[in-house]
Amino acid sequence: MEAFVTHTGTAAPLRRSNVDTDQIIPAEYLKRITRHGFEDGLFSSWRKDSDFVLNRSEYQGVSILVAGPDFGTGSSREHAVWALQDFGFKVVISSRYADIFRGNSGKGGLLTAVVDQSLVEQIWELIEADPATPVTVDLEAREVRVGDLVAPFEVDDYVRWRLMAGLDDIGITLQYADEISAFEATRPSYKPTTK
Amino acid sequence: MGRTLAEKVWEAHVVRQAEGEPDLLYIDLHLVHEVTSPQAFDGLRSAGRPVRRPDLTLATEDHNTPTIDIDKPIADPISRAQLEALRANCAEFGVPIYSLGNPEQGIVHVVGPQLGLTQPGMTVVCGDSHTSTHGAFGALAFGIGTSEVEHVLATQTLPLKPFKTMAITVEGELPVGVTAKDVTLAIIAKIGTGGGQGYVLEYRGSAIRGLSMEGRMTLCNMSIEAGARAGMVAPDETTFEYLKGRDHAPTGADWDAAVEWWSTLPSDADAVYDAEVFLDAATLSPFVTWGTNPGQGLPLSGNVPSPADAVDEVDRVAIEGALAYMDLTPGMPLRDIKVDTVFVGSCTNGRIEDLRAVADVLKGRKVAPSVRMLVVPGSVRVKKQAEAEGLNVIISEAGAEWREAGCSMCLAMNPDKLKPGERSASTSNRNFEGRQGPGGRTHLVSPAVAAATAVTGHLAAPADLASAS
Repeated sequence: MEAFVTHTGTAAPLRRSNVDTDQIIPAEYLKRITRHGFEDGLFSSWRKDSDFVLNRSEYQGVSILVAGPDFGTGSSREHAVWALQDFGFKVVISSRYADIFRGNSGKGGLLTAVVDQSLVEQIWELIEADPATPVTVDLEAREVRVGDLVAPFEVDDYVRWRLMAGLDDIGITLQYADEISAFEATRPSYKPTTK
Repeated sequence: MGRTLAEKVWEAHVVRQAEGEPDLLYIDLHLVHEVTSPQAFDGLRSAGRPVRRPDLTLATEDHNTPTIDIDKPIADPISRAQLEALRANCAEFGVPIYSLGNPEQGIVHVVGPQLGLTQPGMTVVCGDSHTSTHGAFGALAFGIGTSEVEHVLATQTLPLKPFKTMAITVEGELPVGVTAKDVTLAIIAKIGTGGGQGYVLEYRGSAIRGLSMEGRMTLCNMSIEAGARAGMVAPDETTFEYLKGRDHAPTGADWDAAVEWWSTLPSDADAVYDAEVFLDAATLSPFVTWGTNPGQGLPLSGNVPSPADAVDEVDRVAIEGALAYMDLTPGMPLRDIKVDTVFVGSCTNGRIEDLRAVADVLKGRKVAPSVRMLVVPGSVRVKKQAEAEGLNVIISEAGAEWREAGCSMCLAMNPDKLKPGERSASTSNRNFEGRQGPGGRTHLVSPAVAAATAVTGHLAAPADLASAS
């Protein structure tokens, strides 16, 4: 996984709450067995509308999505994270995320910054007033900077450390294989098996 | 200080604990289906890693599978490729699988419990958000993403930060005609789709203890729609009674040892929850959704809300958007909403008691000519049992379609879909835009309301039928 320390890019305002993962990528795109190439499915229903923010010329090439509260609710599909990344997003900013989506983002290297809704509103206004405004997301300092605005964000310490180091979870856990075996030896005989 | 059910199950599974790091939790059962697993198996293959415990892993095919003509090749080549990938992956890594056509095939969250694989005090995961269903047994069960699927396949563990706990207490007796589905829709409307974020919900109180295991599964299933990854009900005699004698339930001395441990799991009297919510069972009534998220629900006797009712600007935009998508007018009685499709099934309401409730209403009645009704059992076992009880005859004679087991119209990944502009009453779990097919509109309802709606052609409860006749 690529390490993430700081990122600067342009940002798109998505003025919607409860953006569920069925909207991020509908189920019809989930039949693929590959890990990449999901950008065509991202917000596919909304993108049919030429006025949708990601279709507008001034928001082409954006890498930061600034969304309303409760982003990523619903299905556990990690394809939602892959679709955002394949489209070019490195960061999502919202005041609240669904737990599974947030976990999936951390695994895949997509930063989900938790920013107060009042500051999200200010960021929306700035990037709507000037879509070319550079937005910097600094994971080390835990802040989003847009022009003169400095918005602190929350991120889990452990996830931050992993993202900054670009570490793979499975590799970390496999260092503890002996402890896993020791635990297994204590499991009671009444626990079921699938065989 | 006492401990909660969730804390007891958590603590019994900690492999490793270290300051500043997530706990490493052992996983007792890993359920797998075709949609969220191919990239995980690919990851193992490219890293040269085996599946650590294929004997604690079980795969079934459900999301993509058709519910008619299952003896013929699957028409959609992409769906077929995904099922073939699962079969090949399971063969390569030694994972047991119930494929289409197998008498144990069905929706992953119906299959685990009916086999007796889901037991109290276990940790259960699956690459599917409705894994919360298994919490009905007092298991800690939650959905995971594909990276985590790969992690569990490789290590049988997951690094996790402890959840907070929320007690949802429903005291009293549910009025006649009010089901677990109505209870869960009322809870989600009360706490919101984000209300459970970061929490494990524990459903408590006399109304919950009075629910059957299947009702408890419906309740826990929808926990994710309130934003919670998991929902739980403390194991009791109802739980033990359901499990005893099932294929994978313990027997003999193992059964006694298991029951002894399971009996220690309910939350201690002095346990403290991070949050508490109370509902009075007597105030509940059949509940339906009018909008595009499961929190946008009301009693069936209510009216479509207005943007003017919004609590804030974010809510106002959400109500306006939902009304536009659903093509509804503020103030319109919910009972006046006409549907053209009724879907009974899914991991929420595809079990035998759900089908009995539907047959009870349909018996001697006809589905309205303007309505297409699909009844889809949650598993092959459920289908066979329903047929042994003659439910399929009642359902077919009423004019509904009796189908093969699978996820069907819950999520538009198989041939069962709404067409643009169609409107359904559905016993499934999500009314998101396009969830049942692009442009489709969904009202979430209980099985009994689904059946009454099919008869009248508009949202209705069984009591409405009695008063009309």
